[in-house]
Amino acid sequence: MVKMHEFSITQGILSIAVDKAREANASKITKINVVIGEISGIVSDCVNFYFDFLSKETIADDASLNFTRVPFKLHCRNCDATFTPEKFDWTCPFCREHQSEVASGYECYVESIEVT
Amino acid sequence: MEVKILRVLENAREANNVIAGRNQMRLDKLGILAINIMSSPGAGKTSLILQTIDRLKEKFRIAVVEGDLASSVDADKVHEQGVPAVQINTDGGCHLNANMLESALDNLPLTDTDLLFIENVGNLVCPAGFILGEHKRVMLLSLPEGDDKPYKYPLMFSGVDVVLINKIDFLPHLDFNLESFRTAVAGINSRARIFQVSCKTGEGIDQWLSWLMGEIKMKKGAHY
Repeated sequence: MVKMHEFSITQGILSIAVDKAREANASKITKINVVIGEISGIVSDCVNFYFDFLSKETIADDASLNFTRVPFKLHCRNCDATFTPEKFDWTCPFCREHQSEVASGYECYVESIEVT
Repeated sequence: MEVKILRVLENAREANNVIAGRNQMRLDKLGILAINIMSSPGAGKTSLILQTIDRLKEKFRIAVVEGDLASSVDADKVHEQGVPAVQINTDGGCHLNANMLESALDNLPLTDTDLLFIENVGNLVCPAGFILGEHKRVMLLSLPEGDDKPYKYPLMFSGVDVVLINKIDFLPHLDFNLESFRTAVAGINSRARIFQVSCKTGEGIDQWLSWLMGEIKMKKGAHY
């Protein structure tokens, strides 16, 4: 199998969810809520594909994955503004400086799980 | 049956980060400086490593971990220089994980090493998201790739300590705007050092080596 980086991410999501469910003495995971940033480079379809394969014979076997996307935003170090950039233009629309850092969009974490 | 919602808030890369932390502690104890080298395929990672080995092997004990999808071509080239190298084949995986480095470290003479290069899989996307236990993250961007790359691969550019602009000897033949590239990198990542080099002609390599030697000495100083 070709293992794109989503493979490692999916392993991470699954083991986090299973550990948390076991801690709570749950018998089944029904849903895993995952937060993914817009420019994290993580393709949710790909995570779903690996998840079906990796979750077999675990308590997350029938769980569905729910993805929340966090928008890509920049923060200007010069004037402290937060804005959504044009495609390849990271110039701050307020002060016209090139001092923008990513404020959000890299996220990749398990927010919560639903268990029975 | 009642459905319960459990709050988790845990990074999906946490397992990797834990192993990376373990790797870094192991390297710290031995005073080894570990550098993770990343770039697109063909940008010059192996050439940079070979050029650096050639210039520094009398001064420092160097070891190399080579990450590739398949083959041991790169590790063989390093071996020819008389430097210990371990090849990791990711078997289709697009980046190195911390656990791969952990097993590679078991197969290197770490007590006789000052500087460890980890050559990641050629790719500007995936390696950016996975730390391995390195102390410094270094990327190469070769001129033919174009000056627009920082905005296309922001995760890579924002997370590195050094950006090497390689194949600088091609500058007269290309429409690469050095100034706008440098402005873009400085904007995305204000702490990144930028060096212009050619691993082929040796141009600019002295500046890179001077930075690198400073880092090795600092690591040694912290160790002893």
